[in-house]
Amino acid sequence: MSVDHNNTAIEAPAQPRRRLPLSLGGMVGATIVAFWVVVAIIGPYIAPHDAGALLDDDLFGHMRWKFPLGSDYLGRDVLSRILVGARYSIGVATVATFLAVLMGGSLGMLAAVSRGPVDMTLSRLFDALISIPSKMSALVLIAALGSSIPVLIATVAGIFTPGVFRIWRGLAINVNALDFVEVARARGESTAYLIREEILPNISGPVLTDFGLRFMFAVLLLSSLSFVGLGVQPPDADWGSLVRENIDGLADGAPAVIMPAIAIATLTVGVNLLVDNLPRRWSSTVEH
Amino acid sequence: MAPLVKVDRLCVTARDERGNNRAIVKDVSFEVQRGEVVALIGESGSGKTTIALSLMGHTRSGIKIAGGSITFDGQSLLDMRSRDLSIVRGRDIAYVPQCAAASFNPAHPLLRQVIESSQIHRVMSAAEAEAKAIALFRELALPNPDHIGQRYSHQVSGGQIQRLLAAMALVTDPKLVIFDEPTTALDVTTQIEVLRVFKTAIKKRGTTAVYVSHDLAVVAQMADRIIVLRDGIIREVASTGRILTQPRNDYTKILLAAAKPRVRAATNGIRKETSVPPVLKVMNVVAGHGAVDERGIPAVPLLRDVGFSIKAGSTLGVIGESGSGKSTLARVIAGLLPATRGEVLLNGTKLPRNAAHRTRDQLRRIQIVFQIADTALNPARSIGRILGRPLEFYNGLVGDKRRRCVAELLDMVHLPAAVADLFPSELSGGQKQRVNLARALAAEPSLILCDEVTSGLDTVVRAAILDLLAKLQRDLGVAYLFISHDLSTVKAVCDEVMVLYAGQRMEYGSRGALHQRPRHPYSDLLISSVPELRQGWLDGISEMMPKETSAAIAGVAGGETCRFFERCAVRIQGRCDVEGIPVRLLSKGAEIRCQRTEQELIELFTP
Amino acid sequence: MNALLVRLLVSRIAIAILTLLFVSVAVFLGTEMLPGDVAQAVYGQNATPDAVEGLRRALHLDQPAYLRYLLWLGRLLTGDPGNSLVNNLPIAELVATRLPNSLMLASVTIVVCVPMSLILGISSAIWQDSLYDRTVSLATMSLVSVPELVIATLAVIMFAVNLRWFPALSYSAGLLSLNQIFQLFALPVFTLSCVLIAQIMRTTRAAVIDCLRSSYVETAVLKGARPMRIVLNHAVPNAIGPIANAVALSVSHLLGGAVIVETIFNFPGLGRLLVDAVATRDMPLIQACVIIYCAAYLFLVALADIAGMLSNPRLRH
Repeated sequence: MSVDHNNTAIEAPAQPRRRLPLSLGGMVGATIVAFWVVVAIIGPYIAPHDAGALLDDDLFGHMRWKFPLGSDYLGRDVLSRILVGARYSIGVATVATFLAVLMGGSLGMLAAVSRGPVDMTLSRLFDALISIPSKMSALVLIAALGSSIPVLIATVAGIFTPGVFRIWRGLAINVNALDFVEVARARGESTAYLIREEILPNISGPVLTDFGLRFMFAVLLLSSLSFVGLGVQPPDADWGSLVRENIDGLADGAPAVIMPAIAIATLTVGVNLLVDNLPRRWSSTVEH
Repeated sequence: MAPLVKVDRLCVTARDERGNNRAIVKDVSFEVQRGEVVALIGESGSGKTTIALSLMGHTRSGIKIAGGSITFDGQSLLDMRSRDLSIVRGRDIAYVPQCAAASFNPAHPLLRQVIESSQIHRVMSAAEAEAKAIALFRELALPNPDHIGQRYSHQVSGGQIQRLLAAMALVTDPKLVIFDEPTTALDVTTQIEVLRVFKTAIKKRGTTAVYVSHDLAVVAQMADRIIVLRDGIIREVASTGRILTQPRNDYTKILLAAAKPRVRAATNGIRKETSVPPVLKVMNVVAGHGAVDERGIPAVPLLRDVGFSIKAGSTLGVIGESGSGKSTLARVIAGLLPATRGEVLLNGTKLPRNAAHRTRDQLRRIQIVFQIADTALNPARSIGRILGRPLEFYNGLVGDKRRRCVAELLDMVHLPAAVADLFPSELSGGQKQRVNLARALAAEPSLILCDEVTSGLDTVVRAAILDLLAKLQRDLGVAYLFISHDLSTVKAVCDEVMVLYAGQRMEYGSRGALHQRPRHPYSDLLISSVPELRQGWLDGISEMMPKETSAAIAGVAGGETCRFFERCAVRIQGRCDVEGIPVRLLSKGAEIRCQRTEQELIELFTP
Repeated sequence: MNALLVRLLVSRIAIAILTLLFVSVAVFLGTEMLPGDVAQAVYGQNATPDAVEGLRRALHLDQPAYLRYLLWLGRLLTGDPGNSLVNNLPIAELVATRLPNSLMLASVTIVVCVPMSLILGISSAIWQDSLYDRTVSLATMSLVSVPELVIATLAVIMFAVNLRWFPALSYSAGLLSLNQIFQLFALPVFTLSCVLIAQIMRTTRAAVIDCLRSSYVETAVLKGARPMRIVLNHAVPNAIGPIANAVALSVSHLLGGAVIVETIFNFPGLGRLLVDAVATRDMPLIQACVIIYCAAYLFLVALADIAGMLSNPRLRH
């Protein structure tokens, strides 16, 4: 027994838990994302002008004190329109991504834990759905249902659900194959317990990363749709619509067309920077 | 003459995930004389592989040589530019790596890779190199030496890959060969073949070699001199004979003691209590994957007609090599992989085959402990919560009561109560395995299925876990099904032993009986393949043992034929591969399944 | 082993065909979900019951859905998807004038991108973590996360407005000189290339680095192989599968991107036709365009899988 105690004492590499470190790129990304989220929430209240009011006689006006980001093709204030538009660009993408994760994620974990016919049916179904390119599905659905905010949310959520399902199922299957899940299963635990206690806490990191990337793709898809005139409809306008309606200013390099484009770019690059720099396996260290 | 290799005050550091540099090799100095085989022995984390790689001027990512010098054949390796280093590597120093199959590029045929170093260094023409490689294949007893080189790494077995790697190292006639745990991943019966050809090749050439291993018994066969390492520090350097007989350092003594089998079993032999039903009785179980036919045989059977019983408070050892179905057996008993045929009885009551259909009390009575301690604990939950769950699930314990119970459990497995607040990642391998045991004990089971519970652990930690298992059995009267590929471990804890091969029960009897001849030919091969802790064992073992062979099974007519047929030294062509295998009761009390009679076996295996 | 490979290939192609059938059903159902009736929609406010009824019959709207699907599928397969609802021109003709332009755009982009992204990907894997690698990685990461419309906008401002190399958004029908063709394609190709190069380069780099971490590369290092040999001889052959896969997948994404880019640059391709059809709810035209895009997409994805299978030595030998 002396060996035994001896040994236990020697081989204790107690490592204190600590908070995850974010690299410089990650911090920059997080800051940009946080900035735009705040803007999406308070944007309309801090807008200097009424976003719909025709204020400037000079169409495609340049940047000056009264209109910090210039004026658009009708003489409206570009800054105010971007501040108000943030809500559409970020809000619709967030809600749609969230819905997709809710549906795809829960079905994915269910498929992984149930195995057998449930898994096969769900996997076949989503594999078939994933084989339609997302922009095509979006165009067909919008052509059929017309474009409105609920249709956009449902469309994007529907398009992303199969992808989310695939990722969540894959992650859950990896965890499900580990011995501690087998131990719980041999103990007689229910499927709900296995999902909640054994699987979910161990995939939270990668799943969050996936959420970030999908949010970014949602922003890209929505702004592309708006840009071709099939997204958010006037009088509302997201950033994609802003680029579209001011496209005539492109020949003159008007800020009205550059600024919304830069807004989109900073948001998506910010999200990608943040996601790219997340620690590889932070799920197990963050969870308490 | 100057030594071939001189390592002087070598220090190596590794960068951990927090970016701190930690010393993993501290002030290590040694020499390797020409023509000498020096072993670096130590457990995981001892720095043995790091030292071996730095002899080639190579470090893995995150690792840095922080100080000291290495002189090889008069050149200072650590001062060389990378271009000059690559001239030495492969030509003057060759490396035989551990992870065998992964060490071959899957995209190229084997021969091209075996001769690659000779082509890089332009020491001979491609045709010469190929001829030399084929001669080496022949010398290393590879089957079909002329054509095996056209194959790809996924087309040859583990034992063959290891020999191909040796050929790859020897093709340039290097001055020094480094063997890094070359047989660790192999089954014991394959290991012995590989060791034998390696030893012959080394002897014939008078090769200077550094042999890295964690296994003293293997090293005892290969090395002239042994360097014992622990935590990056040299503990003892001496000739092999002296280390084995007169160890001076305390750690060397512990290593030696741990490597020698010590019987810990609670009972010796089988207790005759016929009135009480055995705690577990398994009858004619068949299990596997894929579609099941009308006879209950699955498309890919992993267990073929296995039966045995375990008495209360005793231990049944299940021994077999990879692919023998031993882990499947534990999963079938636990109901994780439902049997397709046969019955599992707990205290005389039939258990539903699927765990989902068993009652909570039935589930409680059988607990399972897995091989890899790391993956058996949920990394996102504290130890307290992991241990508390079965208490709550089976006994409804909550709050303070549960906390007290967790502390008791931890005490039972010799861990301090404070461990309850830690997470699995903060524990060492041995500690994790203790927590795994404690979780099984929390259910107060009558049977614990131990699936290779000590395989991932270093020798010393393994001995401690075995002691703990024995103590718990004495105190609590729990029965074990102890699955292992390691004969000495099974010997140490088991009352009865069952030998599995390819899902068939080959031999079943008491521990004592397994050590007496006659035995099943496979048991015999298995037992005589385990290296013994004495010099010269490898040279002394009988040549009776069969080579790796591959004869196709002629045809299957009625009943299960012997799966060991292809490798059996005493097989009867036309009978073993055609007829069902009879079960024979030997006079020593064990059952075997073999076409050979007891008398035949006695005659065949008498030297 | 080769029999296995053939079986895998055949089943992969069969799956692609089945999936295309599934997609056609989905597209048909999707476009049939239109609230109201196509006939009603065509005549809009001035619909008389007789006229609507007549059109309904002409469009087979009085038939059950599965029959209409089979009719539609049959016409599609014979190359006659019917007429546009908006201008009554044969859809086959509309597609025939636009498809070559789109194919041209895609091919030029692929020819520009693939070699460039492979060179970038492999070189940054070789000099992993160097300044060069980090710069390339940051640049491609930004490009991947920016929508085509932003790249297009910035490209126009830079090359057309500031540098005046190209006209911004013009396309004149009629005969084109070589110079005009170059000007027509330059900006759309540039925009598509940015995204495509970024995607392929990132996957290539990751695949090569993954191979560089393997045991057989360490073995090669210890045989004395120099870095160039290690990358070209040991890492790249094993990365071909993932890389081929990435190329095919990225090219299939190019199809979706092309829809946007064609719209931005007023490029007379299939994508622009599709977007216009969606805006005017020209259902037969939408169906035809979407099926073409989906077929191309499925073809490329199947090609990616097949490339992966063919490059796997376990299947080849």
